[in-house]
Amino acid sequence: MNQVDTSPNAIPNVNLRQVGKNKPRNDSPTKVYGKAIYAGDLIMDDMLFAKVLHSDRACADIKSIDVSVAKTLPGVHSVLTADDLPATNAVMTDMPGQVGGGTKNTKQPILAKERVRFYGEPIALVAAESYELAQRALDLIVVDYEDTEGVYDAFDAQKPDAPIVYGNDNIVAAYKVRKGDIEKGFQEADFVLENTYSSQYQEQAFLEPEAAVAWVDEHDILNIRSSTQVVEHFRAVADALGMPHNKVHLQAPYVGGGFGGKEVMTIEVWLALLAMDAQRPVKLKQTRENSFISHGPRHPFTITHKTGVTKDGKITAAKITLTSDAGAYAKLSPYILLYATVGATGPYRVDNLWIDSTSAATNNLPTCAYRGFGTMQATTACEAQMEELSKLIGLDSLEFRRKNFIQTGDPNATGQIIRSAVWSDQCATKAREALGDKPKSTEHTVYGHGLACYQQSYGRIRWMKDTSESWVGLEMDGTLIVRCAVTDIGAGQMSALAQIAGEVLGVPMEEITVYFGDGHVNPLAGTSTASRALYMTGKATELAAKNVRNNLFECMAEYFDVRPEELDLGDSKVFVQDNPERCMSVKDMAKHCAAQGVHRHSLEIYRAPPSEGLDPETGQGEVFPDFTYGAHAATVAVDTDTGEVTVIKSVGAHDVGQSINRQAVEGQIEGSALMGQGFALSEELILEKGVLKNGSFSEYLIPTSEDVPEIESIILESRSGLGPFGSKGIGEPVFSPVAASIVNAVADAIGTRIHHLPLTPEKVLTAINEEKTKEAAE
Amino acid sequence: MSSEKAVTLRVNGNEVNIITPAHRTLLEALRHEGFVEIKSGCEKGDCGACAVLLDGVPVDSCITLAWHAEGRDVTTIKGLGNSDSPDPLQKAFIETGGAQCGYCTPGMIIAAKALLNENPEPSLDDIKKALSGNLCRCTGYTKIFEAVQIAAEDLRKEGEAA
Ligand code: FES
Ligand code: FES
Repeated sequence: MNQVDTSPNAIPNVNLRQVGKNKPRNDSPTKVYGKAIYAGDLIMDDMLFAKVLHSDRACADIKSIDVSVAKTLPGVHSVLTADDLPATNAVMTDMPGQVGGGTKNTKQPILAKERVRFYGEPIALVAAESYELAQRALDLIVVDYEDTEGVYDAFDAQKPDAPIVYGNDNIVAAYKVRKGDIEKGFQEADFVLENTYSSQYQEQAFLEPEAAVAWVDEHDILNIRSSTQVVEHFRAVADALGMPHNKVHLQAPYVGGGFGGKEVMTIEVWLALLAMDAQRPVKLKQTRENSFISHGPRHPFTITHKTGVTKDGKITAAKITLTSDAGAYAKLSPYILLYATVGATGPYRVDNLWIDSTSAATNNLPTCAYRGFGTMQATTACEAQMEELSKLIGLDSLEFRRKNFIQTGDPNATGQIIRSAVWSDQCATKAREALGDKPKSTEHTVYGHGLACYQQSYGRIRWMKDTSESWVGLEMDGTLIVRCAVTDIGAGQMSALAQIAGEVLGVPMEEITVYFGDGHVNPLAGTSTASRALYMTGKATELAAKNVRNNLFECMAEYFDVRPEELDLGDSKVFVQDNPERCMSVKDMAKHCAAQGVHRHSLEIYRAPPSEGLDPETGQGEVFPDFTYGAHAATVAVDTDTGEVTVIKSVGAHDVGQSINRQAVEGQIEGSALMGQGFALSEELILEKGVLKNGSFSEYLIPTSEDVPEIESIILESRSGLGPFGSKGIGEPVFSPVAASIVNAVADAIGTRIHHLPLTPEKVLTAINEEKTKEAAE
Repeated sequence: MSSEKAVTLRVNGNEVNIITPAHRTLLEALRHEGFVEIKSGCEKGDCGACAVLLDGVPVDSCITLAWHAEGRDVTTIKGLGNSDSPDPLQKAFIETGGAQCGYCTPGMIIAAKALLNENPEPSLDDIKKALSGNLCRCTGYTKIFEAVQIAAEDLRKEGEAA
């Protein structure tokens, strides 16, 4: 179910033929007919199969690694340890893809040498004639460890006597925001409320575990076909191996889900080393268990909010501290912390603001990118605080939010002025309305409603100077080609480009071929991360298509004897707007223009707006290109005997700027509803002294079909975004408020708040019982 | 070295002869033969990505040994239909957007097929139950449910027309 909003604020006279419509995606047929080839599906002659030895300790010295027996096993072709690698033995995990501006210290050993710092750290690589043989070889490798004292808590890691995991002090990153005068702000407050909220590790759990095939071809090019969100890791692979960048070719076929887990390099460099060593094609598919330890899960965050409000509901000051557990290596932790810092105040205007944020290294699993990228954790805490504040002053929670929402033209936490539409109010109002009446509680079941709003960026950090290129061309027979190396990780990245180019050039998307995922034959498009793929690659495609249209119109204007502005394209025809009878098919136009030597192709680059970074003392500056705003609301039922929470209804209402494919937008909202529900209620990686205890799908439970509530998508279109046709990014934004809305609904149902996620039945039951005891005492 | 076994089975109606290590799963044995439309997400029977029909009954091929399929009929997603003659489920998945990354899709459609074979008029709850062994991380399942309902409706209409 979905609703369309054509609010008066929308830009009028937008006459779109296929953009914004419900179109089947053009990647669907190959997927439903079983023809889509994923990275692990490629079969090559003479191919070897690889396995990786992962550490089963979280913190230990390696005394020795004995591979001598493994090497003698017949059928084993390559056994590699750190000793066999280039002396640097390092791979860069910083700023995946393009790098503009400085980098952080995020190098990581490819294979552990003298020390393992986390459970799962890779130690040795094997390539053999079969997986079975490779596994036998792994079993024959003897690692002599000596356990050492580790640190497994982000606060302990900051103590003066803590074992050092990273740098001199375990501090991976820290930011501060100093704005206005918080002393004064708190003095002006009628109430001050302080609370601490914490959240857990969450696993991406994409259905396709990491997989890749690597081979050296007849031109001595190292080819890697991998399940990655970022084909521009070819540079980091080349650097790690000491090869020129132009000798490594990384391509991504359809990717079976990413959610951030395939953002930083995963298995590519291992395969590159094996293929170079064995000089034969090598395939590696991680087992599910190894997948759990091969990328970084979501950062646990502890966030303390101290907020001052007046009795009529105006926020006067906020003091916020955020701490995240980076695990044993930095990976993208500094950036994730920055996102959390910017997102700490949510979609609210706070003029007197003090934020300190820290990411500390421990011997836990290195944490990394995950849909929502820090903003989601910050949103979950902020929205809990907003709910508690509204309760404290006795104001309806939406009414309270309304008094504080950022408006267009206002500064956010880092002082960035918001230029696009901010429809927080419209979205929240609609989301809450859609919930309807709260069901009446019964003897064993209580019901709750919850709401959450957010501010989530789309597009990468501005001082990274992100760019995307795309090429659009009209073939002689009137068909269109788009070439753009965007990786398609399941959200319809490729299909959207067909829809955009088709819109501009009047050709149905079904007739357009998009070459994607391969940056060596297609123009580089950057990453499919940060909710930037549609924004950046879509914009580049729109620009390229417009160039082609301009060239064609110039020629056709002469033919029809009109001015180019008088022409239009649609339904595979070029026509005179005032007199559509005067027309020519796109096919004939292509021929006509070709005969005139018209340039029917265009390569365009889109550059995100740059900025120079933050003032280190005040944390003020422009961090992101723009933000998406919206809300999620949920109804839950809580069983008061078991503590079990059931989500009954889940509503996402978002201003997406302009939906490109309405069905795909709904798909993002629905997928987010379940992933956020998992985070709120059940999903948690359990680490004991850094050792993962539930790294499988039978122990780590993601929502199944039986957990699906009624989901409603409400799509608003302000057409005010920076993306094609005024679109905003949505992949992460629509996810960020989900868990918060469910957590707020549970608090509403049981009348008390649980500050540590997830809300497992045990925690909920304990909270219910404590509340009862408290009530009894009163 | 473990012993090898010769196994003869039918995949999507065609006879296939394979020589496979005795302990190899149906999943690995068939993928090795090029039937890579069968996906693997866990190899433990937890996710359903590897589901195929074995004599019409859905099984997780990752926890079924290859020799167990001796003389039997295996149906993969490719055996259900293709673009020239799609199964109503395949058509409906395209129409609703039931596939996002598509990795769960082959197993999901197989499980849905098994349901519709058994129960041509499933309720929403029947669908939820039948698909509960098939994990999807992208879609939130909602468009998958819709697709199954549309396919069931199409099949009923086809039945009436026949
Ligand atoms: S791969 Fe068979 S159930 Fe997951
Ligand atoms: S579509 Fe990606 S897991 Fe289902």
